[in-house]
Amino acid sequence: MSIVSSDSKPSRADPTQITLDQVRHVAKLARLALSETELETMREQLSRILGHVASLGALDVASVPPTSHAVPMQAPLRADVVRDSLPRGELLAAAPSTEAGAFAVPKVLDGES
Amino acid sequence: MSHEHISTAGASAADVIGLGVVELAGKVQSGELSALETARAFLDRIAHLDGDVGAFLHVDGEGALAQAASVDRLSPSERRALPLAGVPIALKDNLCTRGLPTTCASKILAGYVPPYDAHVVELLRAAGATLLGKTNMDEFAMGSSNENSAFWPVKNPWDRTRAPGGSSGGSAAATAAAFAAAALGSDTGGSVRQPGAFCGVAAIKPTYGRVSRYGLIAFASSLDQIGPFARTTRDAARLLGVIAGHDARDATSVVRAVPDYEAECGKPLTGMRIGVVREALGEGVEPAVQQALLAALDVYRALGCTLVDVELPHAQHAVATYYLIAPAECSSNLARFDGMRFGLRVNGADLAETYGRTRAEGFGPEVKRRIMLGTYALSAGYYDAFYVKAQKARTLIARDYDTAFERCDAVLTPTSPTVAFALGEKTSDPLAMYLADIFTLPPSLAGLPASSVPCGFSPDGLPIGFQLVTRAFDEQGLVRLADGYERASGFAGRRPADPPKVKG
Repeated sequence: MSIVSSDSKPSRADPTQITLDQVRHVAKLARLALSETELETMREQLSRILGHVASLGALDVASVPPTSHAVPMQAPLRADVVRDSLPRGELLAAAPSTEAGAFAVPKVLDGES
Repeated sequence: MSHEHISTAGASAADVIGLGVVELAGKVQSGELSALETARAFLDRIAHLDGDVGAFLHVDGEGALAQAASVDRLSPSERRALPLAGVPIALKDNLCTRGLPTTCASKILAGYVPPYDAHVVELLRAAGATLLGKTNMDEFAMGSSNENSAFWPVKNPWDRTRAPGGSSGGSAAATAAAFAAAALGSDTGGSVRQPGAFCGVAAIKPTYGRVSRYGLIAFASSLDQIGPFARTTRDAARLLGVIAGHDARDATSVVRAVPDYEAECGKPLTGMRIGVVREALGEGVEPAVQQALLAALDVYRALGCTLVDVELPHAQHAVATYYLIAPAECSSNLARFDGMRFGLRVNGADLAETYGRTRAEGFGPEVKRRIMLGTYALSAGYYDAFYVKAQKARTLIARDYDTAFERCDAVLTPTSPTVAFALGEKTSDPLAMYLADIFTLPPSLAGLPASSVPCGFSPDGLPIGFQLVTRAFDEQGLVRLADGYERASGFAGRRPADPPKVKG
């Protein structure tokens, strides 16, 4: 459990370094409108973090099953019964915009309004 | 608020704030102490002294006094049925509280008031607790120093130039400064244990599934777990007994009886086996932390425990594993913050632009970094290389504990390789901040219960903690070992000098 790992100071030339275009693409996937400055900072920081994360490449895990949940359990099923949901008014009270008892959202389809 | 009304028949304000959870509940149950006067004493303290600590984001004076008054109105026999009668408790601000702001210390949720209580909040109310308010944290529980709060950083009550740890830094600081008798936090990769160590309080992260996550705003769903802070393990065990148990509203909450954790306190430790990871006491660990842990091992030996060497050969991969899995889950969970149903909305020309601008303006740098990292790790072409590989490494890290527990009942390491670092020291280097989580991440990935126990002070007077890890659902063993040490060592329950008064 050494806390000094060999890759704790990844070099800038690490193969896991990602390009600005990749960062831009990921930001689009993540729905984050990042500024050019943020994109460049992100490129530099993500490259450093991925440089460390690349240490997992040395592990032989070919025959190891993945763990998605540490405590094994079966997915429970609930009884198929009607239950009250939270009051509509209280939920809408937290929304940035409402209309006619519903969430008001930007138009997603062109055409008639 | 004036001080005239603080004094009660049985105890002065100073006495009241010095009492622990078990003592306070006992005195309120018996009628020796009024829950209302107790609440006032703690609220006064927060009003006068939290200004230069910043532990609370919202104080619910009105709600706390009403809840306390309702406890006082009960009959003595009704009060005796309440395990937390009149006990003032602080809640991390990612636990939903009906009618009280819940922001996750994020601008995107500024002003959000949930229409329901988290499961644990319901249980605390039903147990007679006085809920004082919501504590500061790293935004969406992402961080190890509390400096990622969108509002203000919390200061460590032992030294206000230092970080209280994170992400539950406000809850840890509030407990250490006696602004609350106890607090709840959430722990994904160490967010209860590490601030517990930095602030010198007892902290427990239960087994994954032991406590319902219903109403805990999700960060990484396969890792998040709610846990208590208190000045002693016995007090924390009282809270754990209240919040543990099955809840159908969290599909990962286990159906399993809740044992009497408090009954473990005071039991002999003779014959218990403590696993020691030698590398965890070596290079990279601050000398004062090494010395405090070696002294703690001597205490355990004197209490009749056997020390055995164990190895966790894959724990060195925990940082890489965690910082793929947790961001991947976070990128998915935080997709819900899109400006449509709650929280901030920043309008753009079309829907996509509205999403992008809302999230760019609403989230802080660390949250964006983790969403980006997770989105990348889950994206086409990288999913197998990063995410699946990390899940397989997670299996190996968990198997290390299976092997270790063939030879011991608990594994002992430092909670953190250092004592509380200076505010600002690590903010410019996210990777350095992540690497300091090396000891708390392995049990999180394995889903195991773990505790941080105060075990001394550095030459600068900063608290040190050790971490105990036990088998899945063996919180009893954790409590027994932590409490036994506390009784023998006397480090638990120490309080820092009060912060300066700030005019309210």
